[in-house]
Amino acid sequence: MHANSVRLIQLVILVVVVGGWQMGVSAGVIDRFFFPPPFEIGAQIIRWITDTSFYKHVGITLTETVLGYVIGTALGVTAGVWLGLSRTSARILDPFIKGLNAIPRVVLAPIFVLWLGLGLWSKVALAVTLVFFVTFFNAMQGVREVNPVVLANARVLGARKGELLRHVYFPAAASWILSSLRTSVGFAVVGAIIGEYLGSSAGLGYLIAQAEGNFDAVGVFAGIIILAIFVLIIDQILDAAERRLITWRPNTEERPA
Amino acid sequence: MALSAVKKIDYPQVPSAAAAKPMVALQGVQMAFGDFVAVDDVNLTVADGEFLAIVGPTGCGKSTILNAIAGLLKPAKGSVTIDGAPVKGAGGDIGYLFQQDALLPWKTSIENVELGLMFRGVGKAERHEKAKGWLAKVGLKGFEDRYPHQLSGGQRKRVQMAQALITGPKVILMDEPFSALDIHTRHLMQNELLRLWQEERRAVVMITHDLEEAIALGDRVVVLASGPRSRVIDSFPVDLSRPRDVAEIKLDPQFLELYKNIWASLRGEVEKSYARK
Repeated sequence: MHANSVRLIQLVILVVVVGGWQMGVSAGVIDRFFFPPPFEIGAQIIRWITDTSFYKHVGITLTETVLGYVIGTALGVTAGVWLGLSRTSARILDPFIKGLNAIPRVVLAPIFVLWLGLGLWSKVALAVTLVFFVTFFNAMQGVREVNPVVLANARVLGARKGELLRHVYFPAAASWILSSLRTSVGFAVVGAIIGEYLGSSAGLGYLIAQAEGNFDAVGVFAGIIILAIFVLIIDQILDAAERRLITWRPNTEERPA
Repeated sequence: MALSAVKKIDYPQVPSAAAAKPMVALQGVQMAFGDFVAVDDVNLTVADGEFLAIVGPTGCGKSTILNAIAGLLKPAKGSVTIDGAPVKGAGGDIGYLFQQDALLPWKTSIENVELGLMFRGVGKAERHEKAKGWLAKVGLKGFEDRYPHQLSGGQRKRVQMAQALITGPKVILMDEPFSALDIHTRHLMQNELLRLWQEERRAVVMITHDLEEAIALGDRVVVLASGPRSRVIDSFPVDLSRPRDVAEIKLDPQFLELYKNIWASLRGEVEKSYARK
């Protein structure tokens, strides 16, 4: 379908849903206590983003997300590559990894608060536990799925262990790792927000929790939308990074000569 | 291009295998995977500058012999030596042309060709210069910055050739290198290969199931028995004059005579390997 008509249909869907909602509230069909009118939510968002103190909250959530993301990814890639290369270690550690991964991460939040306090690091820790496993499993899979012929070729050409890692294993795992990076951004945000939600004095999760405490549905909805935009922006940045990093992958426009 | 190059150059006659020093020597080699013995008691000597072609029915463990010479697999019994020195692991003085695509897909042609030199610690400028020269040699000038997925199957094979030969290995191993290519591209690549090899003769061990290819390229054709416990059952010297053109040589009466003789030996093994399935 033509790109313009796709855009048009998307716009129509948006207008119908939001407009229907707005009209439903005005007509009294929809309870405004539970579903506040979109215009009020929009007004709340604008009030927030024109207020400088709002950016303090965004900054804190962003810091937690980025820290959790970077630490979790680094640990996940390291552990994944290691266990991908060493089958023995993978076999030994397998039940423990499965066990740890089976713990619903949210229940760890109180422990992290106990250990690390109500500040930044308890949220980072929660985000790390969420991000780690996604990256870990992908990195391990990526290393294991290295084409054996390519590997043999590099060995015959004289690559030593470190060079194999750098020139074969990492690039081969890179597309797996990158795809996990996309998924885990969402997890990093979830970790940070839940942490804030359960106990904090700042951040977007705190804003939502506060609005909820005041039965302020407008604030809750506005917070949710802000969060969605927040994740979308990070996603766009990663998209650009992925395109720059993996130039060797065939895409649909480029056909072999 | 390839054909004219082959015809122009005049080469000395093939040195007899006995006269030149042995470059590759396999003695009593057994390759096994657990209880399964793929090849047993293989004794082979390849002279320096000799082009040895190994033919055998599918699944007779031909590739494991190459992998033993390359140091990718360890023989269960016996010894493998290259130029008198026992093979210890991969990365020796060997060029290996694989059947499948073996280029690193995340590196451009020139980066792929450079690899062998890079792993040997050659400086950036020097290896870049050499790799560029080799790409030109295999007819891929101007394709330096293409990724493998942007090249055709034949072009990828050319890059692989340059990659395997750039280090000037003592031994070149080939595992059905052209079997994935269409027949015209295959002839072109075979001629190209002969041209490159004749510029600087090395010991070559090529595995193929294509008897025509074996005779057209080789100085000697060795027949392997059907697996398991495959071994060398026959060896035929190919005294066709060089340089050869692989497409034309097939019409040579001497070629046909050789083909008949070797096929008589190979046919029984092929039938046996089918009977086992």
